[in-house]
Amino acid sequence: MSAAAATHAEAGHHDHAHHEPGFIEKYLWSTDHKMIGFQYLFTGMLMALVGGFTVYAFRMQLAFPGVAVPGYGRVTASDYNALITTHGSVMIFWVAMPVLIAALGNYLIPLMIGCDDMVFPRLNRLSYQIFLVSAVILMASFFVQGGAFGGAWTAYPPLSAKAEYSLTGTGSSMWLLAVALEFVAFLLGGINFVTTVMNSRAPGMKMFDVPMVVWMIIIASILFMASVGPLVAGAVMLLFDQNFHTGFFDPAKGGDPVLWQHLFWFFGHPEVYVVLLPAMGIVAEIITVFSRKKLFAYKTVLYTAVGTGVLSFFVWAHHQFVAGIDPRMANVFSVTTLLISIPVAEMVFVYIGTLYGGSIRLTTPMLWALAFIGEFLIGGVTGIFLGAAGADIYFHDTYFVIAHFHYTFFPIAFIAVFAAITYWFPKMFGRMMNETFGKVHFWGTIIPFNFIFIPLFVLGTRGDHRRIYDYRHFPDLMKAGMQDLRILATISLLTLLAFQVVFLVNFFVSLKKGPKASKNPWNANTLEWVAPSPPPHGNFPEGLPNVYRGPYEYGHPDRAEDYWPQNVEGA
Amino acid sequence: MIDHYVPAASTFAPHIDDLIILIGAVVGFWGLLAEVVFIGLILKFKAEPGVKSKYVSGELPKEKRWVSIPHYATLAFDLLILVMALRVWHEVKLEMPKPDETVRVIAQQWAWTFVHPGADGILDTSDDITTIDELHVVNDKTYQFELTSRDVLHSFSVPVFRLKQDAIPGRIIKGWFKPTMTGQFDIQCTEICGIGHGLMPARIVIETADQHANWVKANTALAAVAPAAPAPTPTPTGGMP
Amino acid sequence: MQRPIATTRSATGIPTGRLAVWWVIASEIVIFGGVLGSYLMHRLGHPEWSHQSIHTNTWAGAFNTFVLLTSSLCAVLAHQAAEAKDGKKAARFLMFTVLGGLVFLIVKSFEWSHEIHEGFTLTSNTFWSFYYTAAGLHGLHVIAGMVIMLIIMPDVMKNKELQRVENIGIYWHFVDIVWIFLFPLLYIAK
Repeated sequence: MSAAAATHAEAGHHDHAHHEPGFIEKYLWSTDHKMIGFQYLFTGMLMALVGGFTVYAFRMQLAFPGVAVPGYGRVTASDYNALITTHGSVMIFWVAMPVLIAALGNYLIPLMIGCDDMVFPRLNRLSYQIFLVSAVILMASFFVQGGAFGGAWTAYPPLSAKAEYSLTGTGSSMWLLAVALEFVAFLLGGINFVTTVMNSRAPGMKMFDVPMVVWMIIIASILFMASVGPLVAGAVMLLFDQNFHTGFFDPAKGGDPVLWQHLFWFFGHPEVYVVLLPAMGIVAEIITVFSRKKLFAYKTVLYTAVGTGVLSFFVWAHHQFVAGIDPRMANVFSVTTLLISIPVAEMVFVYIGTLYGGSIRLTTPMLWALAFIGEFLIGGVTGIFLGAAGADIYFHDTYFVIAHFHYTFFPIAFIAVFAAITYWFPKMFGRMMNETFGKVHFWGTIIPFNFIFIPLFVLGTRGDHRRIYDYRHFPDLMKAGMQDLRILATISLLTLLAFQVVFLVNFFVSLKKGPKASKNPWNANTLEWVAPSPPPHGNFPEGLPNVYRGPYEYGHPDRAEDYWPQNVEGA
Repeated sequence: MIDHYVPAASTFAPHIDDLIILIGAVVGFWGLLAEVVFIGLILKFKAEPGVKSKYVSGELPKEKRWVSIPHYATLAFDLLILVMALRVWHEVKLEMPKPDETVRVIAQQWAWTFVHPGADGILDTSDDITTIDELHVVNDKTYQFELTSRDVLHSFSVPVFRLKQDAIPGRIIKGWFKPTMTGQFDIQCTEICGIGHGLMPARIVIETADQHANWVKANTALAAVAPAAPAPTPTPTGGMP
Repeated sequence: MQRPIATTRSATGIPTGRLAVWWVIASEIVIFGGVLGSYLMHRLGHPEWSHQSIHTNTWAGAFNTFVLLTSSLCAVLAHQAAEAKDGKKAARFLMFTVLGGLVFLIVKSFEWSHEIHEGFTLTSNTFWSFYYTAAGLHGLHVIAGMVIMLIIMPDVMKNKELQRVENIGIYWHFVDIVWIFLFPLLYIAK
């Protein structure tokens, strides 16, 4: 079927009238991809508050051990473990994943590929509902006998497998159940995303006309689908070990605790790229728009993303160098780990290259996108210390790892997300955000962020090991200056948290009172800017768009304007 | 540099420190260079009225150079780091110099048990000395350790040795170290092991041969009375081949 | 509910429903891959498990293999009938497929109750833990397939949504293939 004929055939479908939906139908039971995106976004933001509160409580304990934390009370050893476990699990599984993949994927994919919804809207709704149940289960685990699970987000057995070791039998099972349900939710979502992008692109949109963020979400979804299976199987096995006393991970019964580590990290490492790639995609959209530049080497970015994805399946054991696996394995996994630095570094180079010759406008979303590149670079290079097996012996499970991890994950889960929210806010809610507030929030987040984690690099190098609730038991870790560094990190965290109020105020006030946004306030090329702000149900009331070119035709020499939307006809 | 804060007290500790400094120099230089180029580009190409952005696809070989040269540079330096890292790894984890003595390290929730071979230098004899949360070793002697756990995963970490190894129930994992200075230092558990994970501090006491002999003498009488810790039964797997 | 236009598009040329089934199968393969990979690693590390596995009933397993293969054949015939737009015939063959699944489950339940009676329970040995977990997970997929077939059958009978016959057929073949892996690993390897 030719493109023109397809549009014609589809136009017939389009003029069915919508009745006015009620509150529940509109906000809670909607099958509209945009509403489901918002459900994920707001649930993710709510969970980010939980993640933020937990880190507040345990960082206070580290800076001022034994002192009652305002708003929480005394942090006991078991509280501390529950807090760090919840912080890690929530931020990865209930903030980064839902916001980056589910919220933005749901919101952006149909708009950016020019169709009216996901291919399976009801499956989409079900995916969110399962996700919501998983979040509720996780939160409920705080209120059961023994409290929330405290075996760290990696949940290594035998600690996680037996109640007599963890002392949180119910909490462990609820944590595991919540994680497993969350995986099911994202599997359903991922199948929907991939099928939608494969089949429902606007007529004329060829493979290399797909905006980078959509590509990245799709590659991430496929990575997720291909890596999470073994962990789902592992979760079933661990649930059986916990509740039916099987011995999959129990050496006394012929099982092997290290097996869990393999299953976990076979998923866990690709998972890093599952969230990194969408963040990279967001940044690609924003830096091209605000430097008015074509993305440098579109195909290279795509190939590096695929290369990273493939390689990410062969690096997992670098988390286990000193875990008791055959030490000869380090030869292989050090090589693959350092190899993966090449495509990721290349992606960063390409983004830096995109800035060359641009006409850069430092708006709030652009500041966030640039900060992502600058900070992620630090996270990337510090990873080399850990991938190099010899150095990892010393750094493994120290604060160096924590600092490295947060230099990658904070840019991913927050910097890129703030970039995305400030960039797409006009489209999502039809109003502009305040730039001054936006910039205050930006600097108030970026500066303290560095002052949290640079001290942690130093502390890790000086020997601080992870998941310790009180360093006063370790004379070598109470040497001059070390507690000061811990206090500095905590005070920086408090500053960072305080500045998030600026964001929330800006967000909600702009939502109600911001100046109305036009269809395309940033003069961008991609299809979501063709739809009205905010787009109605069905997205494109003037008919679904056709696509004539790639998404990054900025500053084309033949045109007076410096942008060239994908849907505008012409050679 | 690191030993300014954390003494380097084993034969391989300086090698790990050197490796870390090498990596630091390489990634520090390139990371900084990338940041400088990055910030420089932002400042140089700030929007100016009337100036249109350049149209660069990045698909021409001339343009791709800007990515492919750093690409090969990354590869080359990765190889350098890899060779150095694996040399150190082999020294610490794959080579096993002939030990002068063997100690047994048993982790449990939430304490360390150390079995010293005593005066005869052989484990599992009646003069073994068993201590809790305190390991006594002699400076300049090569030690083999046999590491196991009674319950969950733990990790035997001695920061001044730059040594770390997880303990797994049901397995005995072997490793080695050779102290190079006397003193008392922390032993940490670096694998979360339940609510008492933060309460598993132990100390390593590195002594001269004379001090150690005195300590052995003073404790042998005690050990004769106290029952020796039962030797862990599981067969050795994993760890050193 | 009105179907979105998105669902009617087909840029790849593969119908959306079938494409989605393939992705479901892709993600299921890694789940079963995780279970079977873990089992294989353990099995190789524990030659003594052969003392346990001799107690599995190879003949029941072989019979069930035959039953599942036959039911897959019925699914193929149902697909052929659906291609010929003969909804009634397609529904009849789907019914035979469901019956195959039912026979499979009945044999399985006799087998399991016998084994549990003999003392080989989920917790008696890690071999049996794997045996019940892997076969149980597979059994759940059999049940899911049967339920879906029963749900789509009324529409198929009315000659509506005939593409679903093929989609569920693909899924059923996958469940069948998983069993082809389970049977030698759990029953034949003694």
